[in-house]
Amino acid sequence: MTEETKSFEPTIIGFTCNWCSYRAADMAGTARMKYAPNVRLIRLMCSGRLDPTFVFKAFASGADAVLISGCHPGDCHYISQNYKALRRFHLMKRVLTQLGIEPGRLKLLWASAAEGAIFASEITKFVEEVRALGPLNWPQPGEQVSTPIMEEVTA
Amino acid sequence: MSKPKFAMYWAASCGGCEIAVLNIHEKILDVDANFDVVFWPVAMDAKYKDVEAMEDGSILLTLFNGGIRNDENEHIAHLLRKKSKILVAFGSCACEGCIPGLANFSPVKEIFDTAFSTISTDNPDNIRPQTHYAMPEGEITIPTLYPVLRTLDQVVDVDYYMPGCPPESHQIAAVIDLVIQVLQGKAELPPKGATIGAGNSTVCDECKRKRNEKTIKAFGRIQLIHADPELCLLEQGIPCNGPATRSGCDARCPSAGAQCIGCYGPAEGVVDYGARLIAAFASVIDSDKPEEIDRILDGLVDPAGQFYRFNLAGSLLKAAKPAWKSNGG
Repeated sequence: MTEETKSFEPTIIGFTCNWCSYRAADMAGTARMKYAPNVRLIRLMCSGRLDPTFVFKAFASGADAVLISGCHPGDCHYISQNYKALRRFHLMKRVLTQLGIEPGRLKLLWASAAEGAIFASEITKFVEEVRALGPLNWPQPGEQVSTPIMEEVTA
Repeated sequence: MSKPKFAMYWAASCGGCEIAVLNIHEKILDVDANFDVVFWPVAMDAKYKDVEAMEDGSILLTLFNGGIRNDENEHIAHLLRKKSKILVAFGSCACEGCIPGLANFSPVKEIFDTAFSTISTDNPDNIRPQTHYAMPEGEITIPTLYPVLRTLDQVVDVDYYMPGCPPESHQIAAVIDLVIQVLQGKAELPPKGATIGAGNSTVCDECKRKRNEKTIKAFGRIQLIHADPELCLLEQGIPCNGPATRSGCDARCPSAGAQCIGCYGPAEGVVDYGARLIAAFASVIDSDKPEEIDRILDGLVDPAGQFYRFNLAGSLLKAAKPAWKSNGG
């Protein structure tokens, strides 16, 4: 790890489901467990509600990584929608790789309401992995003209 | 009374949009009867300086096709914006990047290498184009390529969008009819920012093929599948982009036995075209096991190309990382 990546604090957007993984985060909080503060959690009713647009928007808006989290396979509150999230995760990863976003920046984590400790330790692990990858620095719409992206190039 | 002025321009595009305009057949006479065509490089001789000399806002209608790939494209986009009352992003390139926008997957250096140094190019001295070159007669210049292609509305303010690669001729004719009616005071223009000359639904909505519940065990390329002529193509494992694509073409490709490739761009309300297709395709895969899901997805040979064939420059991420990181060729 270089000096630059050591001091880098990644911004991670985490999508949790209302019934399991958000409760796991809640449990980690009420049990006063310590974990990295880099993840901003957004609660959805179900991981199956996760529109891939949310993930692309997060990366385009400056997130360094995205966490998708839901109930364990077989435990979904809506019977099978977490499998839908699983399939979308696999396909998103392929597309993001082609767009130059390292597969390590997208993580899928199953966590039951009782797994606060696992949730906390997995997040800390993920933050370290993203820290090693370094910042993503996707160009923001307003800065496109002045950043190198729009500088003139010669043949 | 002098006729209102009309202009059409091509930036980074193939010229298919101009052909589509001429394909409206005798309706083109209505254009001539109602408009004074002042600038249309493919159809008539006019110089940039003639446009520069025009009064601001003096062109009533400009159809701008093509993306913004170099500084000449950008200059003309700004110029025509200033001179036009109504600027229409005409065709997929201007609206969302289209095929030229696929170059946003690659850094400029790779684009130049492919164009000038691959085996199919006879260029033994590896000569590359220079933007400035001193000749005995004086210095000559050619436009400078930008690292990525941008859509028209990423560069200037756009009044209306007309999607399609190219827009269907009957849709162009309908739009021209509308503008003429507006001129005669018989109709009103749609609100600014509207998509014109297209439907508000999806290609699937217009498609006549039979649909059942979709469960896909394998994806395959269309040339390798003996497709049922009546049944939904996606149900047969052929990656058809109909679920996310805007209607307006009368589902031409699926009616002819080919899958929709998405040239009419994102349907109403779709923020990111590719993300919508990822949601749609992943939802109908019939497996809950990670290994099997991966095996089924292997059937989609080039997912990013499949989902962003027309839409990369206009998508949320706009370009692949190697392209926007490149800063020299």
